[in-house]
Amino acid sequence: MKPPAFHYEKPSSVDELLDALTKYGEAGRILAGGQSLVPMMNFRLVAPDVLIDINGLSELDYVRREGDTLRIGALTRHSTLRGSALVAELCPLMAEAYQHVAHVTIRNRGTIGGNLSHADPSSEMPAVCVCLESTMIVRGKNATREVPAGEFFRGALETALKADEFLAEIGIPVRKPGAGSAFEEVSPRQGDFATTAIAVSLQVDSGVCRSARIAHAAVADRPARIESAEAVLVGSALDDAHISEAAERAAADVEPTVINYHGDADYKRDLLRTLTRRALHRAHENCAA
Amino acid sequence: MSSATEIKQVRISLTVNGARHQRDVEPRRLLSDFLREDLGLTGTHVGCEHGVCGTCNVLLDGQTARACLLFAVQCDGAEIRTVESLGTIDKMHPIQEAFWEKHGLQCGFCTPGMLISAVELLEHNPAPSTAEIREAISSNLCRCTGYQTIVEAVQEAATRMREQANG
Repeated sequence: MKPPAFHYEKPSSVDELLDALTKYGEAGRILAGGQSLVPMMNFRLVAPDVLIDINGLSELDYVRREGDTLRIGALTRHSTLRGSALVAELCPLMAEAYQHVAHVTIRNRGTIGGNLSHADPSSEMPAVCVCLESTMIVRGKNATREVPAGEFFRGALETALKADEFLAEIGIPVRKPGAGSAFEEVSPRQGDFATTAIAVSLQVDSGVCRSARIAHAAVADRPARIESAEAVLVGSALDDAHISEAAERAAADVEPTVINYHGDADYKRDLLRTLTRRALHRAHENCAA
Repeated sequence: MSSATEIKQVRISLTVNGARHQRDVEPRRLLSDFLREDLGLTGTHVGCEHGVCGTCNVLLDGQTARACLLFAVQCDGAEIRTVESLGTIDKMHPIQEAFWEKHGLQCGFCTPGMLISAVELLEHNPAPSTAEIREAISSNLCRCTGYQTIVEAVQEAATRMREQANG
């Protein structure tokens, strides 16, 4: 269980990072928190020729509000975000989901950018970003592009990032008055990857649901919205009947393809139904103001 | 790409348990192996070598980290504390005393990581609840004790450390 040999580069600026990514292409891998990459190297599932260590790029470590957007630098550690008053105030869905993310020692090192770029289908933050219609700021040597979270995740461990690009920032629309959210997860043990998780964000005005966004994790090869369930809710009063119908749609319309000994397809459909219902009820309850 | 034989060693300089060390390391050298084999600090144990068991936990600039998921080369300039920094057989750390008295270990393999996790918890939270203790050690696997005595040991250590702090 020792990692294969590699060359080590430690850029001291984003420009140097972009130069290194351009130079090494597919042979290079970015080392951020290393909490997923290094286990894979120790198992020899991946063997990069070059590791590009970005831990010196403190300019990528920040959480700040800009207008109606919460901007999070890619190198921000999970521990920082989990304890951030700004995240709790402006993005309560992320704050709640962080109660399910890993363990303190892993969160001390792991970064949001690394987590999203790794794109594990059972991870919580990709589903949060998809649910909140976040924007991924992707930087390359010649251009910076904005990728909607819903288009960023392309499959298990696959993203829209090209070999010479990196995820630099995540932009999340801040919570608006009348918004409510909830995150529900079942996992084998506290801190483990989800067996199934549901993220919900609602917008209510005068007792009527104006928008509903529901995203699942750990069910398919990537997190995704459940649009048929969302459609049931928009225009409704979020009463029990509509919430139950939305939960039935989630169970019926999502095809579980991530199947393992923690959950077969039938069990995951049950979880989709139950967790969607629970999350919708709770999100509705915390919609006030 | 270049072959592995051309990989250059990198000179690093770091502080471990208060002592400065300078070494040339291969980039792939894990911090856990660096501590044990290059510095002879075998208190840091190596269990799963993929970040799951927690027995290699060390304090990196004051925060717990898995030594098996860090390359020594990343620790250039860092301050590391291992279980050897806590106490000696004649003068144990209050956390070590509490583990001893409350039977917070049986085989002892997980103990270095448990102690380091307890240090991090009690440095931030001098009076943790049972739930907070369980959360803090939730990524440290113990296959002997069933955890109950470990939780009691951390609680006892918290009490002793508060008493010491209050003189």
